[in-house]
Amino acid sequence: MAGIWVVAETNPDGSLARSSSELGTLGRTLAEASGVAATGIVVAADPDAAAAELATYLPAVIAIPEPAAADHAWGQLAAERAAAVIDASGPTLILASAGPDGRDVAGSLLALLDGAALVNATAVAWSDGESVEMSVFGGKLITISGFVDGTGVRIITVRPNAVNPEPAQQPGGVERRAPSGSTTLPAAAIVDRLESEGAAVSIDDARVIVAGGRGTGGEQGFELVEEIAGLLGGAVGATRAAVDSGWIPYAQQIGQTGKIVKPRLYLAMGISGAIQHKVGMQTSETIIAVNRDPDAPIAEFADMLVVGDLFEVGRALVTELKARKG
Amino acid sequence: MALRIVVLTKPVPDPAAAAEKLGSDNRLDRAASPAVINGNDEYTLEAALQIADAQGAEVTLLAMAPPGAVETMRKGLAMGAHRGVLVTDPALAGSDVASTIKVLAAALRQMEFDLVFAGFDTSDGVGGIVGAGLAAALQLPLLSSAARIEPNVEAGMVRVRRISPTGFDVLEARLPAIVVGTQLLGAPRYPSLKGIMGARQKEIVQQSLADIGLSGGEVGGAQARTLVTGRRTPPARSAATIVKGPPDEAARAIVALLVERRLI
Repeated sequence: MAGIWVVAETNPDGSLARSSSELGTLGRTLAEASGVAATGIVVAADPDAAAAELATYLPAVIAIPEPAAADHAWGQLAAERAAAVIDASGPTLILASAGPDGRDVAGSLLALLDGAALVNATAVAWSDGESVEMSVFGGKLITISGFVDGTGVRIITVRPNAVNPEPAQQPGGVERRAPSGSTTLPAAAIVDRLESEGAAVSIDDARVIVAGGRGTGGEQGFELVEEIAGLLGGAVGATRAAVDSGWIPYAQQIGQTGKIVKPRLYLAMGISGAIQHKVGMQTSETIIAVNRDPDAPIAEFADMLVVGDLFEVGRALVTELKARKG
Repeated sequence: MALRIVVLTKPVPDPAAAAEKLGSDNRLDRAASPAVINGNDEYTLEAALQIADAQGAEVTLLAMAPPGAVETMRKGLAMGAHRGVLVTDPALAGSDVASTIKVLAAALRQMEFDLVFAGFDTSDGVGGIVGAGLAAALQLPLLSSAARIEPNVEAGMVRVRRISPTGFDVLEARLPAIVVGTQLLGAPRYPSLKGIMGARQKEIVQQSLADIGLSGGEVGGAQARTLVTGRRTPPARSAATIVKGPPDEAARAIVALLVERRLI
């Protein structure tokens, strides 16, 4: 039978990844619009907590406890276990995140199930078939794509922050299903885990991001960025130039080779707004830029451009924000 | 025996030129924009070249692209890759990602390799799923989001630092394997003059679909199961308010906007 399947991811503490709550919401919405069933799949060493959470978004969730996931790369394992429970006998839509783990699982499922795929969706709607929006050419154009009629297994990877998570009125049921048989894909073993310093507030789902670029001039400049982020209750982001210079870890990088974010407020300090950075943050709700150059490209997509020295303006902003807090 | 590394290199419209556009058929207009090697593929190529420098390796570029890609691949040869393989066929125009995976998998089945490197994603497609698809199609281990790649030929193993939410997971798998690399592998080198001269002598083998044992009835544009049905220009943001003046006034203007939009 036809169905929609959401392949969920877990956080390191076993809770449901935020991108998966978004996918759960999207899967339920599409199922209601198209009149098919929607089912979540959680593959993890201990899937129960995330599965219960996913069931607040979806009418049904299958939890697959897979001991090997504790010390093996997740993507191939999850794809094989998910492929075993997905009923692909009719039209089948599989949703995965467009993040690193979602890509691994989606690419693996694409080959395992001989499907078709649309990637990096910014929006997915149903109008007599999947209608998938993607932002292309550095955000200059939005394309609308679909699957050819008769395509069996359809896979869509969806960008984080494309959907607002909204729980269902009634939580769904969780079915625990032990994995059967051995897997054939040779998932890589995890032989060690290295903690990196400064993996501070995650930028993925931050409501406020204060980001620094080349203009911050170094780690000291980022201390000011961090102070402002702290006062606004936000996370610290960065351009590739700042990451390449070693001022801040890669996990904080926003843009073409980093993360794509959509906070309510994006405060850009010393960021010119080059296309590679723009693609990662241009859909932020409010964009305020502080830049010495009145002609910086960021003026084209910011709500406010403050022309000035980022240290002077930044310190004045710290003073103002502290005064407001009393 | 020297390690054999295949590096996937996709020619893409140069993002820096910002001249990309779709043709009337909703396919990429390749004539509109100069082509370059996909940026993320240059990181993995750099990693392959560093492995070659350190322990010896035969580095082969593999692309599926129109015939003009030979010129784009030449830059990879100038950086230091030893040879190139270009799968090119008129039937491949308009391929979807599933076809791309099948074609690259078929090409790889005919090649001898220990490692295949793919970039994190491409700047034109932004899918990042081809590496995983190849691993599943070829039943090989997938080591993705790589920040460091350490092959050990004697042991027949490869070790990869994979970026995790809290740092890195150190992955280990048997060769042959598929590695998807990131920018953390390090900045790509510039071709030297000697490299550029030498690249002209290096071989780029062109293969048709028939050469890799496939036909337009199995893969390519006619078999594409996805299609672009429309396009629109994203809504323009209204012009930015420009604030000039002393820092304390500027800071107050920022705070006023934050208050107005209920952000503080």
